[in-house]
Amino acid sequence: MTKFNLLINNKNYSVEVEPDTPLLWVLRDKLGLTGTKYSCGEGICGACTVHINGNAERSCIVSVKDTEGSSITTIEGLAENPEHPIFKTWIEFEVSQCGYCQPGQIMTLAAMLNKNSSKQEIEREMSTVLCRCGTYHRIRKAVDKLVEEK
Amino acid sequence: MKNKQTRREFIKIVSVSGGGLILATYIPFNNLFAKAGDDPKIFSPSVYLKIDSNGVVTVIVHRSEMGQGVKTALPMLIAEELEVDWEKIVIEQADADSKYGSQSTGGSTSVRRNWEPLRVAGATAREMLILAAANKWNVDKSDCFAENGFVINKKSNQKFSYGELVEDASKLPVPQNVKLKEPKDFKLIGKRIHRVDTPDKIYGKAKFGIDIVIPGMSYAALSRCPSFGGRVKSFNSDKAKKLSGVIDVVQVSNGVAVISDSTWNAFNGRDALEIEWDYGPYANVSTEDIRNEMLKHIKEEGSEFENRGNIHQSIPNEKFIEAIYEVPFMAHAPMEPMNCVAKYENGKIELWAPTQNPQNVKSEVAKALGLNENDVTVHVTLIGGGFGRRLVSDFAVEAAEISKACGRAVKLTWTRKEDMKFGYYRPPSMHVLKGSVSADGKPLKFYHHIIAPSIRQMRFDKNLTAEKSEIKEGTVDLEYQIPNLKITGTLIPTHVPISWWRAVYNSQNPFAVESFIDELAYAAGKDPYEFRKQMLPQDSRLLNVMNIAVEKSGWNNRLPKGKGRGLAISYGYESYCAQVAEVSVIINKLKVEKFTVVIDCGVVVNPDIVEAQMEGAIAFALSAAMKGEITIKNGGVEQNNFDDFEILTYDEMPIVDVHIVQNNFKVGGVGEVGIAACAPALCNAIFAATGKRIRRLPVKI
Repeated sequence: MTKFNLLINNKNYSVEVEPDTPLLWVLRDKLGLTGTKYSCGEGICGACTVHINGNAERSCIVSVKDTEGSSITTIEGLAENPEHPIFKTWIEFEVSQCGYCQPGQIMTLAAMLNKNSSKQEIEREMSTVLCRCGTYHRIRKAVDKLVEEK
Repeated sequence: MKNKQTRREFIKIVSVSGGGLILATYIPFNNLFAKAGDDPKIFSPSVYLKIDSNGVVTVIVHRSEMGQGVKTALPMLIAEELEVDWEKIVIEQADADSKYGSQSTGGSTSVRRNWEPLRVAGATAREMLILAAANKWNVDKSDCFAENGFVINKKSNQKFSYGELVEDASKLPVPQNVKLKEPKDFKLIGKRIHRVDTPDKIYGKAKFGIDIVIPGMSYAALSRCPSFGGRVKSFNSDKAKKLSGVIDVVQVSNGVAVISDSTWNAFNGRDALEIEWDYGPYANVSTEDIRNEMLKHIKEEGSEFENRGNIHQSIPNEKFIEAIYEVPFMAHAPMEPMNCVAKYENGKIELWAPTQNPQNVKSEVAKALGLNENDVTVHVTLIGGGFGRRLVSDFAVEAAEISKACGRAVKLTWTRKEDMKFGYYRPPSMHVLKGSVSADGKPLKFYHHIIAPSIRQMRFDKNLTAEKSEIKEGTVDLEYQIPNLKITGTLIPTHVPISWWRAVYNSQNPFAVESFIDELAYAAGKDPYEFRKQMLPQDSRLLNVMNIAVEKSGWNNRLPKGKGRGLAISYGYESYCAQVAEVSVIINKLKVEKFTVVIDCGVVVNPDIVEAQMEGAIAFALSAAMKGEITIKNGGVEQNNFDDFEILTYDEMPIVDVHIVQNNFKVGGVGEVGIAACAPALCNAIFAATGKRIRRLPVKI
């Protein structure tokens, strides 16, 4: 067990865990930040996506020891501003069905929009975030609107 | 359909307490309850609605929310009749309790089975509040009306809030045969009301089963035998117990569980267990064995479901074709893996379960632990995808057994790999199709022999015979007027656990039927639309949705080489659906460009949710048709994760253009309706584009 100091959503946290514990499980089980979801555990589906220094990363395959000194943002951090254009557009188009993958979809998109990624880059990245309810049709509508408004 | 329901049977005041008006609604379980006024002893009262003296209206949702929108749609039914401010309604999720009637959230039943009872509950409350106000003003109730949480005196313009009327209203006799609104007066029903749970879901605040934390809770992971039907022979937990965080190791019915201080440590502890398995009687079974079992029966006629005319007669100049279709085992693979929180203490247990079937969790856990059902409390959480998987209570029973065995509150979480390998799968099936057309392009004969395992036979009724089984779903209610038609079935056993999967047999049979109808159309030299049209009655709702789909999709417009359109139609869950797929196949690469979906589900409660369900059904059914397949080796499932059980991705999602037929027919199902026509429309489009007929799923170009 090792002690780690983490900066998450601009707050300092201290946790004592094994160094190779994935960030996902530190967020969920140690810090109660359950908005970041577990689904595949192997970086395939994107449900656990958070921002590490502004980059969209899959927290199920990032060890906590590699995140010290980084700035981490989770869906709870993004939702500190519920007026964020992504949230407003998501509600406008009623994108969500079961909702389980949506934090991962939103965090992936948010990082891309922050970086002014091209439509092709967004298309490629969003195609790596899985949704079993099939909300892709509406995610596309929301993405198109958000890209246009930027 | 089964239950002729009259309104008075549903309503009765069950209790009046603390100045609150509590209305109970009854839902008949079966046909025994036939006459109004019968003692409803076989039903339990169910509280769907509370209004307190502060005017807070609480609606209790007794079905599970898994993305299909019941948490929004069911309260809309009550609110419509109650005349309250939609924005102010408090919505509560019901625990498992027989007083609610069936809570099983499957079969696309939530809205259609509650359409009348919930509106009656709202209307009855409204009428009692109006009468209470009229009495206070000493005027006739016809001089009063309800609006937005108030009763208003038409003459004096005075008003009382509902909260002010609660106490008086609760002393009144319950009116019978309350008048329900005419569809033209609906304020909520038919509107695109936003979902009540969207904001919490997208802000990361919503609590799914996997997010539940209770005081003193530990985390559990379970090791199960890789082949179905196997069991633990012996195990050594020394290594596991030395690992960080590991608290305990216990054996339960399904395997060996590790209890730890976090999910991650529980997973690691589980991986460190040394278990010797008895792989059981099916340890050598593979997919090919199961397929060979089906193939054995393809020359047989099969047990009869339906028979008209004579398919065996010889007709001069008939053009005869035959084909075999087949579909594989399929996993649900919801994004939220199976999980459950359980707390066993002093002979009682409390569970927090993402279940589609709370009452089943209650009874199965009681049975497994030898408890009285009254000592099992089941809280229902949000569900991160159900699709039928969570109608089975295995994961809750596991959590309950582990909690009891280790004497702690635990959250059992399955890994994705376990979710893939230890599911209850959509059964495979094989379909023998034979048919003929006349020289002038008319259908003459149609024969369909379904060979499949029956979920009911495998799980509930070993003596069930083929002709009484459910494998016929999606085959016998065809409206096609074909003079000589025979539909038969053969049941085959399987050791692989099988269960309901969004539309189940309606995801299998229509693929075979609607693909083969397409083959017959080509054999007849007719356009697939024209061929179907001549077989359907003029007043058919199915014909209507097909006509609209053909018009909206531009069916008759020519497409360039390499592109094609395919049509399929379906009936199920009291709703009608037509789909036109448009695909391109360029250098053997399939791209699904567009689906036009037309649904007639009678009265529409929330069109936005209906559209979302159609879009989602296309994605779900395309995943099954184009990608996913569960295969068996050494008695267990071969697939591990989303890399070897692929689902549709964002860039593969076609445009989905949904059209809803507007009418006031009886409300029909929605959730599963979009599945049936998808695979055949897709494969018919592939044929139109390439001339290649796809008869086995998933599609291989």
